[in-house]
Amino acid sequence: MSGDFTKRAPIALNDPTLRRNFRRAMDGLMLKRAAQFTDTQAWAELRERGTAAKARVIARLPELLELLEAKCTENGIQVHWAESVAEANAIVLDLLKAANVKKVIKGKSMVSEEMELNHHLEANGITAVESDLGEYIIQLAHEAPSHIVMPCIHKNKAEIAQLFAENIEGLAYTEDVDELTAAARKALRGEFASADAGISGVNFAVAETGTLVLVENEGNGRLSTTLPPLHIAVMGIEKLAETLDDIPPLLALLPRSATGQPITTYVNMITSPRKTGEKDGPQAVHLVLLDSGRSRVYDDLELRDTLRCIRCGACMNHCPVYTRVGGHSYKFVYPGPIGKILTPQLEGLDCAGDQPHASTLCNACVEVCPVKIPIANLLVRLRTEAVRPTTSLGVKGAGSQRSWRETMGWRGWAFMYAHPVVYAVATRLMARLGNLIPANAPMLREWTKIRTKPKFAGKTLHELAREKGYDHE
Amino acid sequence: MSDLSNAARSRIMARLKAAPTSVPPELPAWSPPAYLPDERLARFTALMEALHSEVYEVTAADWPERLRTILSNRGINRVMYAPATQAGRQLADTWTNDAPTLVAYDRPVEELKDTLVSGVDAAVTTTLGGIAETGTLVLWPTPDEPRLMSLLPPIHVALVEADSVVDNLAGLIAQAGWAKAMPTNAVLISGPSKTADIEQTLAYGVHGPKELIVLVIKRV
Repeated sequence: MSGDFTKRAPIALNDPTLRRNFRRAMDGLMLKRAAQFTDTQAWAELRERGTAAKARVIARLPELLELLEAKCTENGIQVHWAESVAEANAIVLDLLKAANVKKVIKGKSMVSEEMELNHHLEANGITAVESDLGEYIIQLAHEAPSHIVMPCIHKNKAEIAQLFAENIEGLAYTEDVDELTAAARKALRGEFASADAGISGVNFAVAETGTLVLVENEGNGRLSTTLPPLHIAVMGIEKLAETLDDIPPLLALLPRSATGQPITTYVNMITSPRKTGEKDGPQAVHLVLLDSGRSRVYDDLELRDTLRCIRCGACMNHCPVYTRVGGHSYKFVYPGPIGKILTPQLEGLDCAGDQPHASTLCNACVEVCPVKIPIANLLVRLRTEAVRPTTSLGVKGAGSQRSWRETMGWRGWAFMYAHPVVYAVATRLMARLGNLIPANAPMLREWTKIRTKPKFAGKTLHELAREKGYDHE
Repeated sequence: MSDLSNAARSRIMARLKAAPTSVPPELPAWSPPAYLPDERLARFTALMEALHSEVYEVTAADWPERLRTILSNRGINRVMYAPATQAGRQLADTWTNDAPTLVAYDRPVEELKDTLVSGVDAAVTTTLGGIAETGTLVLWPTPDEPRLMSLLPPIHVALVEADSVVDNLAGLIAQAGWAKAMPTNAVLISGPSKTADIEQTLAYGVHGPKELIVLVIKRV
């Protein structure tokens, strides 16, 4: 099995601090979300509307992308296309170099994490400062986000207090959340004022109007997209909305599913750069559309449901696996249930083949998904893809997890079932001798390491049936 | 668009267009919540307050005076305003010498950056309206009343006409025909800037205003 989720998971499971931090956060998020959707009828209607809105986007994706590009261009937003993260990084770097940018202030963006944009910029002499408080904290700690909405959810107050005391000049150790927040505000104000460019993600890009919709609570997203003279937004090619009328239902689903808030503090709708006479806002706005495997996902009518995702994170908040092992155990940018179906499709089953197995298929994620992505079905589909005969078509890395042992095993099984005499001999042998096989025998131990070895009855089902008088019926 | 971007666009679009097609589903009916006229404003006020904002009922004539009192009581020294708007003119015309100093946002941000970032204690803006469903202010910043006024100063004072409070965003977008003419920036504001990134503990004013003061202008 590629990847080593099964090796990393026990380390997280045996870390009591991590377990406590996640338990506390996830319990809170689940309760807050549930409190938002007490009217089940209204929730069902809203969810159908949101699901249809995103399903329409996916069904019409090529034409809507062309419409979005045309509308943005008309509005003065310059659109760029990147097939890979390397291309997206090159586009962003070229734009920054052309504007002689030394420092970039960043709003929260998972696509920029996917691009490892900060590393790329630092390697090219441009300072990138994360301004979302959670992202700022993990940037100080040189860590990756452990949750797509709350990036530093794995850290507790004491850990953050220590980090701030070590990194923010003149700040004494304090666990007072207001003081910590104020210290971050002060430190980042200066960064905002001196940044030459702002980089953000996009929650919904409205094709009808060429509008970028960004939701947030802190105001750092608005600052990143308003104060510096240059704004670059990066987004995956699937994060569209067809019309502005689709925004209210999607907004009614996103923050409630994510953090249990009826609405975020800010909903920021950007339709153009600064116009003549306007006193603030960036003079130039660029939109970088990143593919990075998404168009390949799009090629499969079943798997493309993955692209409906609005990145609320509800699936991870409710996942019995994620809530216990946390986001870092997955090793990839997108953790939890959505990551388990998205990552293998973007990165390939050859390098992320462990992800679809990091699940109990309990369906909790499917029940809370605001856009009804059939995550459990897709997990099973990807498990199948991973072991089907190798092919260059379909999911990247399909067939890469197929082993000769498994192939031989199934061939033997098929042979046995097609030959009644062999079947009778084999099942009788197993009935008589099965209990003598040690539980840790090769192959069997994969099953018995977390289960008790079954006891054989001593007689086959056929024999038992005959004793009861059933014969050739 | 660069050659690189052009080539990427061709390849991406070619793959998307070659993919199997499916019929877009119909959009099912969905009705956002509606409220009786007399409960609409009460809900808006209650939710705004629940979201850590202060709401005052004022009149078109007395709001500058009420605002002076509110700001003076807080020990505010410098207040930013939009001199070319009608509300800005009313504010300036009725302002008194003992009140906090008025600072005009009357030139591009490049010339006013230090003042905006750290030189004023509050800013006063108008709004396009309010939304009762979520306790939300709707702002369409203009050349006269720029975007950063509701964002950089530690206190944001927002004027809302009571009659402009609507039930929900969906109705507002549809009835006002937003899709036909979106402004450079439209912003919905529900309370002061906040974060819960540290142990899910709410803290206010992490980047934007720490306080949001809403003056609801009632028709007399």
